[in-house]
Amino acid sequence: MSIGLNAYLTVAGLLFAIGFFGVLLRRNTLVIYMCLELMLNAANLALVAFSRYNLTEKNPMMDGNVFVFFIITVAAAEVAVGLAIIVQLYRKRQSVMVDEIAVLKEP
Amino acid sequence: MIDFMFYFLAALTVLSALMVPCSRNPVNGAMFMIVSFVGTAALFALLQAFFLAIVQVLVYAGAVMVLFLFIIMLLNIEKTQALKVNRGIAALSIVAFLAMVAAVWFLFVEGRAGPFPALPAGAVPASLTKHFGYELFTKYMLPFQVTGFLLLIAMIGVIYISKKPADETVDATADAKGANR
Repeated sequence: MSIGLNAYLTVAGLLFAIGFFGVLLRRNTLVIYMCLELMLNAANLALVAFSRYNLTEKNPMMDGNVFVFFIITVAAAEVAVGLAIIVQLYRKRQSVMVDEIAVLKEP
Repeated sequence: MIDFMFYFLAALTVLSALMVPCSRNPVNGAMFMIVSFVGTAALFALLQAFFLAIVQVLVYAGAVMVLFLFIIMLLNIEKTQALKVNRGIAALSIVAFLAMVAAVWFLFVEGRAGPFPALPAGAVPASLTKHFGYELFTKYMLPFQVTGFLLLIAMIGVIYISKKPADETVDATADAKGANR
């Protein structure tokens, strides 16, 4: 098997770049939120790849994987709270576009 | 064979992820996102983290994306707003994207990020769910409990947030006060 750690890190880096691009480009809050999840996912992939390639007798690869497990759990909770906030925002403003939700900018 | 699998899955994951910010309809974006998550789960399986692959499919591609699709359809976004992109912001975000891709190329494709260890041979303890459970209930007992508590807090918070709009609640309390008087 000739696939090295660099290949996995390349995929993770590209996923992170795509998520970052989406967060900057789009103005729909839901799409921005999906792109945030994409970045989180890229970090997970990098963690799993690092823990797989640094496997030794003394370090049986569990730490990185358990870390990813906790990240997935927290991300699920975060998505639930964030989507509830977005729904509430839509009820108040009838819009989910970020440039129409600039209340803090207005004097 | 494994090389081919890796390249295929990596291309699938990255291309479908690229379609998320580039698709006009958020529902299509969410669908491509599911494909990307399943591709990531397959990459986890290639890294022999089978339990995490299953969790990724169940939690991300299952629960989280169903929640997203549900909210997108509930809010009915695609009818209300078209995709309008500010030219300056678009140019800036493309420049930022290309800069990050260049950094990834420089670090990982050219391999300047330092020599990494080759793939270790031998048994992989983390591929067994048994070891996962053992670690979770011994070494990581406190984080495990804290995460459970965090989920409870998130649940209570979501119920509280999505209960009623604030002005209606104020009206209801005002009505109740009026009724009391």
